[in-house]
Amino acid sequence: MELYKQTAHELHAKLAAKEVSAAEITAAVFDRIDTVEGKVRAYITQTRDLAMAQAKAADEKIARGEAIAPLAGIPGALKDNMCVKGVKTTCASQILANFVPPYDSTVAEKLAAADAVVVGKANLDEFAMGSSCENSSFFPTRNPWDTAAVPGGSSGGSAAAVAAAEAVWALGSDTGGSIRQPAAYCGVVGLKPTYGRVSRYGLVAYASSLDQIGPITRDVTDCALVLAAIAGHDGRDSTSIDAPVPDYSKALVPDARGLKIGLPKEYFVAGMDPAVEKAVYAAIDQLKAMGAEYKEVSMPHTEYALATYYLIATAEASSNLARFDGVGFGHRGEGNDIVAMYKRSRTEGFGEEVRRRIMLGTYALSSGYYDAYYLKALKVRTLIKQDFDRAFGEVDVLVAPIAPTTAFKVGEKVDDPLAMYLQDVCTVPINLAGLPAISLPCGFAGGLPIGLQIIGRPLGEETILRAAYAFEQANDYHRRQAPLGEV
Amino acid sequence: MKITRKDVEQVALLSRLELGENDVEKFTGQLNAILDYIDVLNKVDTSGVEPTAHVLPVKNVMRADEARPSLPRELALANAPEQEDGYFKVPKILEG
Repeated sequence: MELYKQTAHELHAKLAAKEVSAAEITAAVFDRIDTVEGKVRAYITQTRDLAMAQAKAADEKIARGEAIAPLAGIPGALKDNMCVKGVKTTCASQILANFVPPYDSTVAEKLAAADAVVVGKANLDEFAMGSSCENSSFFPTRNPWDTAAVPGGSSGGSAAAVAAAEAVWALGSDTGGSIRQPAAYCGVVGLKPTYGRVSRYGLVAYASSLDQIGPITRDVTDCALVLAAIAGHDGRDSTSIDAPVPDYSKALVPDARGLKIGLPKEYFVAGMDPAVEKAVYAAIDQLKAMGAEYKEVSMPHTEYALATYYLIATAEASSNLARFDGVGFGHRGEGNDIVAMYKRSRTEGFGEEVRRRIMLGTYALSSGYYDAYYLKALKVRTLIKQDFDRAFGEVDVLVAPIAPTTAFKVGEKVDDPLAMYLQDVCTVPINLAGLPAISLPCGFAGGLPIGLQIIGRPLGEETILRAAYAFEQANDYHRRQAPLGEV
Repeated sequence: MKITRKDVEQVALLSRLELGENDVEKFTGQLNAILDYIDVLNKVDTSGVEPTAHVLPVKNVMRADEARPSLPRELALANAPEQEDGYFKVPKILEG
């Protein structure tokens, strides 16, 4: 099989055995990018020189006979809202179109320490606000399984890059489903870790009580490897959890004996594609056949999660995005006084969805509406979290769909913000409760992948990885390749 | 109709955004549709429920008060739209 189509763990074995060099792998990935990127458009910036230098350094380490980390010499992509020193970081926004960070994010630093290779910065919905990658102010990314469909969002570039074999692994960020939903739409594996498990230092903030960085990979084994490389406490992120990082690869056992799985029936919302529902139930049957115990659980506040999310996320965004004022960095518009300059800079720099969310959040926080909207949402958040606490008293993991449908067509929902928000109905509750959840392919409908969501307790990454691995190994979905570019 | 055109104009001012005539119209309609949806929260009885701002038991984290290297001035200013004599430059703030 071509080098660029292989997983990180397969390539690592070949590197360690000196069957192939990191430079060869990296060159193969760039050849692949040259072949298919015109159709997919996953990347805002490609970092060829940096990647080749990193590959060379990994090769030198191998030549010296040094032990190498699992991601050493393996090419991957970072969502373009994570800072890499000296590499443009745009958030797919005109306001940061020329921003070059003078420092590394913690994840970039950790990946560099593991000798991983960064091939580029992946496209996203502007400031991670969106579910289709159509809100990028540069260009939309396409789904490698059907280029007339969206790749999902907001980490659409990261998921499409992995699905199109333009990267072996990628990082995304997930505020309301932005890793899991594009992973599902693109037929790859995506994991949102427990809130605080991965440092967000150097991640451009969207909604600080919800944002979390995580891996997007071709299989569950790679997911565990990338998570291990980026997880851990960081004194530069005050919300970082100070807990040891387990050896996630030890969790990968191909059976589900004794695992208690729960199905929250409220996740099967009206309007759900019957093919998605069928695939999720079939996955549960498979897990049962592998020894899992199953029960239905009730999470009565699920129907309020989306409204709660869109108040809390936009309120936090309106505050976080106040920093884009045309003073220290980013785009500056013309204005005779400072307020006129702020307004011009922000109006020229932000796209429509970002402006809409800033407006909604500002309204929800404004005097006279704070109690009715923001405070109300924080209270409902408590009830949603209590639903999870109760469910996890009875079961080890929850299994649910990722999204009500498979990938929708480009342009289909772009003029209807609320229809776009409804895509997030199965993913936002997990962020509100700060839990870990993984998305992995569990079937296809009309040639498009369907995503299965497995949700765990706080710091329960090992348990969801085990359940996901057991399911993956009993199927071949992760070995299927997007039909794209076999030209 | 919960949010009026006048509200939208006021929120735009607070948000430091300019809205054209068409934008005010469009945002008023869209924000009302979203707020109508959000009304579902009024069905939930939250009396006696504590708000959750944060899922972690977060507390202030202090580090030792020791000097550490920080960004050199040139790098800190490297992305500035305008700078002068080692400072960020902005339009006038005070009247007169």
